[in-house]
Amino acid sequence: MDSDGGKGGIPSHILRRHCKRSRLSKKLFTSEDHFSTVLKNRFKFDTNLQIAAHGLSDEQKEFQKMAFDFAAHEMSPHMAEWDEKEIFPVETMRKAAQLGFGGIYVQPEVGGSGLSRLDTSVIFEALSTGCVSTTAYISIHNMCNWMIDTFGNTEQREKFCPELCTMDKFASYCLTEPGSGSDAASLLTTAKLEGDHYILNGSKAFISGGGDTDVYIVMCRTGGKGPKGISCVVVEKDTPGLSFGKKEKKVGWNSQPTRAVILEDCHVPVTNRLGQEGQGFNIAMRGLNGGRINIASCSLGAAHACVQLARDHLLVRKQFGEALSNNQFLQFKLAEMATKLVASRLLLREAAVALQESRSDAVSLCSMAKLFVTDECFNICNQALQMHGGYGYLKDYAVQQFVRDIRVHQILEGTNEVMRMIIARSLLSESG
Amino acid sequence: YIVTIRVKPDHSGVVTDGVKHSMNPFCEIAVEEAVKLKEKKFIKEVVAVSCGPTQVTETIRTALAMGCDRGIHVEVSGKDYEAMGPLQIAKIFAALAKKEEASLVILGKQAIDDDCNQTGQMTAALLDWPQGTFASEVTIDGEKVKVVREIDGGLETIKISMPAVLTADLRLNTPRYATLPNIMKAKKKKIANMKPADLGVDMVSRVEVLRVDEPPTRLAGVKVETVDDLVAKLKANGTI
Repeated sequence: MDSDGGKGGIPSHILRRHCKRSRLSKKLFTSEDHFSTVLKNRFKFDTNLQIAAHGLSDEQKEFQKMAFDFAAHEMSPHMAEWDEKEIFPVETMRKAAQLGFGGIYVQPEVGGSGLSRLDTSVIFEALSTGCVSTTAYISIHNMCNWMIDTFGNTEQREKFCPELCTMDKFASYCLTEPGSGSDAASLLTTAKLEGDHYILNGSKAFISGGGDTDVYIVMCRTGGKGPKGISCVVVEKDTPGLSFGKKEKKVGWNSQPTRAVILEDCHVPVTNRLGQEGQGFNIAMRGLNGGRINIASCSLGAAHACVQLARDHLLVRKQFGEALSNNQFLQFKLAEMATKLVASRLLLREAAVALQESRSDAVSLCSMAKLFVTDECFNICNQALQMHGGYGYLKDYAVQQFVRDIRVHQILEGTNEVMRMIIARSLLSESG
Repeated sequence: YIVTIRVKPDHSGVVTDGVKHSMNPFCEIAVEEAVKLKEKKFIKEVVAVSCGPTQVTETIRTALAMGCDRGIHVEVSGKDYEAMGPLQIAKIFAALAKKEEASLVILGKQAIDDDCNQTGQMTAALLDWPQGTFASEVTIDGEKVKVVREIDGGLETIKISMPAVLTADLRLNTPRYATLPNIMKAKKKKIANMKPADLGVDMVSRVEVLRVDEPPTRLAGVKVETVDDLVAKLKANGTI
């Protein structure tokens, strides 16, 4: 079999026919054959795919189809194992990078795919049906890659972006600290200028990929209090003074390690600073606008998968002498779930388009999308779990993993409470 | 490919309206092999061909995104499309192979909807070209092709001259995913449009479908207590 990305979409009953041929063929058809692995644990979300493809260009439909295929064959069969064993699936992510997923909205001249925010949202939505946690990490990696691509100078872009695009190197976004979460601008990590180096001191909390990644985008204080005193520097792995806390034990997102990032007299060359001193907070927030679209896209994919899983379960499970799908309450519930899913998708795609067109309402729309989509999609997945009854609570069934994995989307990249702050501020500043 | 297939109420065929269509998996393997041969510089150009209504261009685009250079869409729709079978397609492919001066025609060994396993063989016969069917390994050696074929007894290796027809079997390769850059490049690749009449092919079917039925529903099994009971039951229903 090839080492580069390949897929096997042939149903088992057809495979079996083609292998009845000879004893030799049977030997070749081992249980490691990825065709059979695919079929053991396969979720094909084709029915809803037609709805998810509405309004997309032919090209976007191709991206979407390819991403769905990749998710179904390369991620979905492993999602439970990655969660249980807390595996950071480096090889699978590198396969994704070979297809262009390492720098989806990074410019082609440094190795990116140069696609739009809408293209990106469609792709992450599709990938998320295979594994939310891994897709979410890929989106964080993309966000960091974009920040260097957009705010870095030529040397920085050429040094970091190509390897991030191929995922030869992985990135982490370091803003949150033990003492500053929602109040991000009050961060305390200092960066004192000494000659041609900054000396960084402080610690970052809840860093996705921390300890296993190579490139850390660190927001630190070079100036006075508040957002204007913050700069953004790139800290590379193995820099003396860079260390990590213990790996956190989480409810979900287990296919990515989360650790504290500790900086003790960590010397970082001034040439690693992105943009100007004092521009760091702005860079961080600009990164998050896109990051919010991406995270919401991951929630959307999970909800898409869960609506399908719930539907399939209702058709199969019988109680009181008939299939659950004959029960009006469940029919209505499923209808509500599907409606909220489509509404979420439309709001999210609108926000993505606003962002890529740099519309004046982009920041507000991205916040609205993140707020609405992550909340609604969590409810959808949670409902889907309920519809599975007792089985929904078992780890044998994927629905619980979707619920656990997307719960944190309502918290990170700006809590949904902070999203309300941003929207309110925008609304109240317009008047007058 | 999880689709519930239903027989039309008039028993003339199966319902295809609204059913999601995609590239036949064995054809994906064929496209992959062609692209691989081009990457190894054994062939100069790969042309992806499909016969059918407009939706077929989506499938050709997927082939272009996998690395084919250009596409040809042979438009067949309506009654002609419903009656289209391996013979008609083979005639089209034979005409195109001559027109394009192809050195190889690579197809999937069979389509997973009708399981005919005829198009490749018919195409070769119409062209009077050698054929390497059920290929699980293809190697080009000068003007000849070495093909390892999967047969009932195991594997058979043959060497045939080009131009030739090959049909792809399961283990020939693992088809690649289209990459994002290739999907974008595919947009600029050309898909030529033509009708069977342009190739001088008549689409009249020599086969008349009398009736299509679902397979009989599986009956419940019967449990027996002893081996003697089993033998008695098998004798009673005439199995032995």
